[in-house]
Amino acid sequence: MSNDIKDALKGGFPIFIGYVPPAIAFGILSKSCDITLLESFLFSAVVFAGASQFIALNLLMTGMGPGGIILTTFLVNFRHFLMSAYLSTRIGKIAKRYVFLMAFGVTDEVFSVLSFSKKELTKTFVFILQLSAYSGWVIGTLTGYIMGGFLPDILTKSMGIALYSLLLAILLPELRTSAKAVCLVIASGILNTILVKINILPNGWNIIVCILTIAFVGSFFISRDPEETIQGEKIHG
Amino acid sequence: MDNIILLILGMAGVTYIPRLLPFFLIGSNKLPERVDAFLKCIPIAALGALIVPGVFNAVPGEPVAVVCGMGFALVIGLWRGGIIIPVIGSVATTYIILLLI
Repeated sequence: MSNDIKDALKGGFPIFIGYVPPAIAFGILSKSCDITLLESFLFSAVVFAGASQFIALNLLMTGMGPGGIILTTFLVNFRHFLMSAYLSTRIGKIAKRYVFLMAFGVTDEVFSVLSFSKKELTKTFVFILQLSAYSGWVIGTLTGYIMGGFLPDILTKSMGIALYSLLLAILLPELRTSAKAVCLVIASGILNTILVKINILPNGWNIIVCILTIAFVGSFFISRDPEETIQGEKIHG
Repeated sequence: MDNIILLILGMAGVTYIPRLLPFFLIGSNKLPERVDAFLKCIPIAALGALIVPGVFNAVPGEPVAVVCGMGFALVIGLWRGGIIIPVIGSVATTYIILLLI
């Protein structure tokens, strides 16, 4: 196996593990909302955006029309705009035509693994990582719809930690080598907690304000010293 | 086509377009140093907010299990690095704690 494939599977497997339980929950919930199996599958296979799918089901149940649900989805998922903006600076050698497919798979976790990968992002690496995430989400949805909650409750609950321990594991190498990274991560967590507590922004915008603010502050740190970067990668030019 | 299918297509569109647009807006253009520095900080800024405060509710109503599970990932991650062992280990630790309490 080439290194790209191996590294993609190393990052992709934990995402798969992390996506299956919430996807099962989505399948179960969509069945209880009188959604057909095909529709439930299409939600996960075509929209492919975790939290917003649950929000959509909730809003459907409250009787909200499609316009309101679509607007909410847009707001909730807009953070991926920032994530793609970062990724666009890392995929230099990948041909433009692949970008259409790649953009579809930009989820929080895929973005996290990609952005903290020190190596060059090749299309093999990106697509295998995204396929692991995608298959976990789609397979989980179908399984949940068809089989219900077949996993023991305690196991499902325990797997809720996987996505967070994944993000922590991705971050640690960076935090070990950069005090600035530690400060920015802590600041970001604190700011987000405050925003969540204040709860005045529309759904999904706490994290957007947080990313914009912390990245803005962070950009002062690294622009002063171009040799040192938060990403561990040299700034070009 | 029924309403749900239209809803799914609409949601797919408004999810996909923001994921796609930056690749064309930014592309391979040379960016001002300031903007470049800002973009480079996005991952670190995002990760903090993706973890906190959500992690506290990772296992609803079981903060002890969360602390132990994340503690395991932290220790193994610092000591050995890697992704798979910290993640699987954190799930196993959480599972054991939930069995015990």
